[in-house]
Amino acid sequence: MDKTAVGRGEQLETFAPAVEPSLKGRARSRRAGSAAPGSAAAEAASPGPFPFSAIVGQDEMKLALLICCVDAAIGGVLVIGDRGTGKSTGVRALAALLPKVKVVAGCPYRCAPERPSAACPHCQAPRAAGAKHAAPRSALVPVAVVDLPLGATEDRVAGALDLERALAEGVKAFEPGLLARANRGFLYIDEVNLLEDHLVDLLLDVAASGENIVERDGISVRHPARFVLVGSGNPEEGELRPQLLDRFGLAVEVQTPKDLASRVEVIRRRDDFDRDPLAFHRRWLPEQQRLQRRIVAARRRLPQVATPDLALQRAAELCMKLGTDGLRGELTLIRAARALASLEGDAQIEDRHLLQVARIVLRHRLRRDPLDETGSTARIDRALSDIFAV
Amino acid sequence: MNQTAGPGSAAGAASWSDAVLAAAVLAIDARGIGGARLRSPAGSLRDQWFAQLRDFLGPEAVLQRMPCQVDDARLLGGIDLAASLRSGRPVIERGLLAQCDGGVLVAQMAERMSAGMAGRIAAALDQDSVGLERDGFSQRFAARVAIVACDEGLGVEEQAPACLIDRLGIWLDLTEMAWDRVRRAPEFDRQRLAQAQQRYPTIAASPALSEALCGASQALGIDSLRVPLMALRVARAAAALDGAASVGSVHAALAARLVIAPRARVPPAPTQAPPPEPSAADAEPQAPAQAADVDGGDAESSNSEQDLGEIVLDAVRAALPADLLEQMGRGLGRHAPSAMAGRTGVQLRSKLRGRPVGSRRGELRAGARLHVLETLRAAAPWQGLRGRLAPAPGAAPAPRRRIAVRREDFRIVRFSQRAQTTVIFAVDASGSAALHRLAEAKGAVETFLADCYVRRDQVALIAFRGRDAQLLLPPTRSLARARRCLAEAPGGGGTPVAAGLRAAAGVADTARRQGATPLLVVLTDGKANVALDGAGGRERAAADALALARVLRGTGLRSLLIDFSPRPAPEAQNLAQALGARYLPLPYAEAAQLAQAVRAARLEAV
Repeated sequence: MDKTAVGRGEQLETFAPAVEPSLKGRARSRRAGSAAPGSAAAEAASPGPFPFSAIVGQDEMKLALLICCVDAAIGGVLVIGDRGTGKSTGVRALAALLPKVKVVAGCPYRCAPERPSAACPHCQAPRAAGAKHAAPRSALVPVAVVDLPLGATEDRVAGALDLERALAEGVKAFEPGLLARANRGFLYIDEVNLLEDHLVDLLLDVAASGENIVERDGISVRHPARFVLVGSGNPEEGELRPQLLDRFGLAVEVQTPKDLASRVEVIRRRDDFDRDPLAFHRRWLPEQQRLQRRIVAARRRLPQVATPDLALQRAAELCMKLGTDGLRGELTLIRAARALASLEGDAQIEDRHLLQVARIVLRHRLRRDPLDETGSTARIDRALSDIFAV
Repeated sequence: MNQTAGPGSAAGAASWSDAVLAAAVLAIDARGIGGARLRSPAGSLRDQWFAQLRDFLGPEAVLQRMPCQVDDARLLGGIDLAASLRSGRPVIERGLLAQCDGGVLVAQMAERMSAGMAGRIAAALDQDSVGLERDGFSQRFAARVAIVACDEGLGVEEQAPACLIDRLGIWLDLTEMAWDRVRRAPEFDRQRLAQAQQRYPTIAASPALSEALCGASQALGIDSLRVPLMALRVARAAAALDGAASVGSVHAALAARLVIAPRARVPPAPTQAPPPEPSAADAEPQAPAQAADVDGGDAESSNSEQDLGEIVLDAVRAALPADLLEQMGRGLGRHAPSAMAGRTGVQLRSKLRGRPVGSRRGELRAGARLHVLETLRAAAPWQGLRGRLAPAPGAAPAPRRRIAVRREDFRIVRFSQRAQTTVIFAVDASGSAALHRLAEAKGAVETFLADCYVRRDQVALIAFRGRDAQLLLPPTRSLARARRCLAEAPGGGGTPVAAGLRAAAGVADTARRQGATPLLVVLTDGKANVALDGAGGRERAAADALALARVLRGTGLRSLLIDFSPRPAPEAQNLAQALGARYLPLPYAEAAQLAQAVRAARLEAV
């Protein structure tokens, strides 16, 4: 399902924002180009990935991703499901769906021009040097959806000493890694349960603090790394460590549609897309734009959405009933419900919002009872019907 | 019984003409179809097939072999040691996937491939490129490859990683094909293939075709939507090969045989209504002369009246492995994947023992082993600079022509080790299990303990009697402790089988979390008479026990049920079935025999 005739170029577009790392990337590919004909950078631009709004069904996954698009602080999504259900199609479609973001031109960490991160070495350097408070030049770039490929090494994930500059100029310079590129965007790990343990530890640490600290090779760098962590995986490949599980704000289970009509529709759209991606994109453009406007509006409205006491009480009740550990569940429940209310244009959190997000927020936070025959979703449903009397 | 394959061929085994067609179809759109999974022992038949594929792909195409264990540097790419040392700056070397861009990569002994490597290849298949984030390089390489996985696995339990073969469209099984059947094969010359390749993108497919392919895969319990999509591509390619303008029923049937049927997880219901459907006009079979060429049979004349959905299902039914039903009956078809998953999840990382699986930066401490080559690789790009600059403070000036290696270059080897097994004995110590049986069970456990000591396995012991189950011995390797606990175990009272299973599940779960593979051995006569909540009553007790047994089976726990009632009891057999356990009636078992059985099961589990 994920395979597209054009899938590759899209990565480049996404990965090549008009900031410094991409310039470097281009220089690199040139160099590698001599040794490696047909390198990716030589390819022409492509129409992009399968459009988000054309995904058939998978409402839960789409809802969870949209919620994270509205409120990035929710803590990411874990997408667990069978093979060939379109998990990565959904995630990779995000970049094309979201509006471009404004970044400080040249900042490798993609800081916002109006509020550069206090931890950003690039944006704080002029201030430290006593430069005037001139507004930095800004640039519009697509939202980063950064793939963390299996087999990535620690130095490229966290960033390391820039070999090229060190060798050519004898300068100790930091070369930002994937975590820097993902700042203010998405970090996507396909087959997350196959990721090496030491990388998982690193990610957990950074995801929790929003900062990446590199102390090695004689360099000492601290830079912002706030990203929405999106992981996908297949339960049959092995389980995730509970610590990692807990870090994801939302968890969705993806299944193949059960009815023949939807299955046929999936195949039909995919086939249409593969045969003529440009026409397909044109057909879905209005729908994509509509969805984008909805996200933008929801983001703007988000601070105004009220949180009535009743909603807080309901959330607490639900978490107590299900025996989730800690307060993270309640907090995420309220945040997700607020984002949903905002997406739907409502002024405050209503019961129906809580009801709709409860499963994706709490599913992975229940204490495991190997012998409770009912899955965690059913347990949540039971608690919901008790509390909300639905 | 197989109306579409050559006469006399057994159902299940692909006909040679199908195999050749598969190669031709691959030559047309290898990348779209993903490749093939070739289940076959090594041998001349397989070589013949590859020769055919080679021939179809043409002399200029890349068809490269890949061993089953390749490290990341080789697979994805990394720093080129020799070139970097020569030039004094980092030089990138593309990995196998990128080198094979536009070609076909042949994975040898794919059943031995690790899940991690399969995941990397799967990512490349999904994105048509390789993301390289290693050794200071950050780059994507085009990797439009197709994979042919040579799967030499022998049973359902031994097969290539699921995440890889799911993405390979064609599944061929040459295991049972007799050499003498390699005769009537359609032949294609290069020119015809080239024409077909040109026609391929324009081949029309009716909506009824997608419906038929989706319907067939749904009927066989195949969830992945990649399957009908790849089947659609195969059908198109077959039509292109045939010179047809649109996909006909023979092409759909071929796609069903090559892509859908081999993946069946449940047998199709015989009375299954065909998928709602179709304008038969769309599905007109091609002119018989052309069709016969592709199909090697004369089936289509009898099929022309049927609708496409029925044709596809028929093709699938005819191509199902003969023993599929039997496998389903034993619960293997459904069960095997989770057992596999149990296996893949239990790799332990260790500093010192096991199989080397790559390297990482680290200090040379606590017995860590230096990975010399990786260390040199890390040091290589710096040589120019280190030669120019002053030596590190305190170090003696290095003479020229030596490689300067510093502390930060050190790479240590990581090892992966097969996790240990934890054998959980759940022993029925009730009154019904007469006391002398309990003594025998104890004897068996003791014999096995000695065995475990050699193997470094752990053993846990649970006894259930009266109202509840008791964990007599948490997982341990201590022989003395185990013996003492065992000797002290009391007997008599009711038979709370359900409670015993619950306790076992708890221990199994803990063991799994600690990275061990649990194996459950239940010794009982199955005559449960105490329910989970401690109340009496045979019916409820039995229902509870069966329900728990099913849950345990769902977790993928391997188990063995030893029935020690004087005569094999139906209760115990039912329980074994619910557990998915191997059932061993041992009316007068001896301890040695019992240990033998456990040993055999353990070998299966690991």
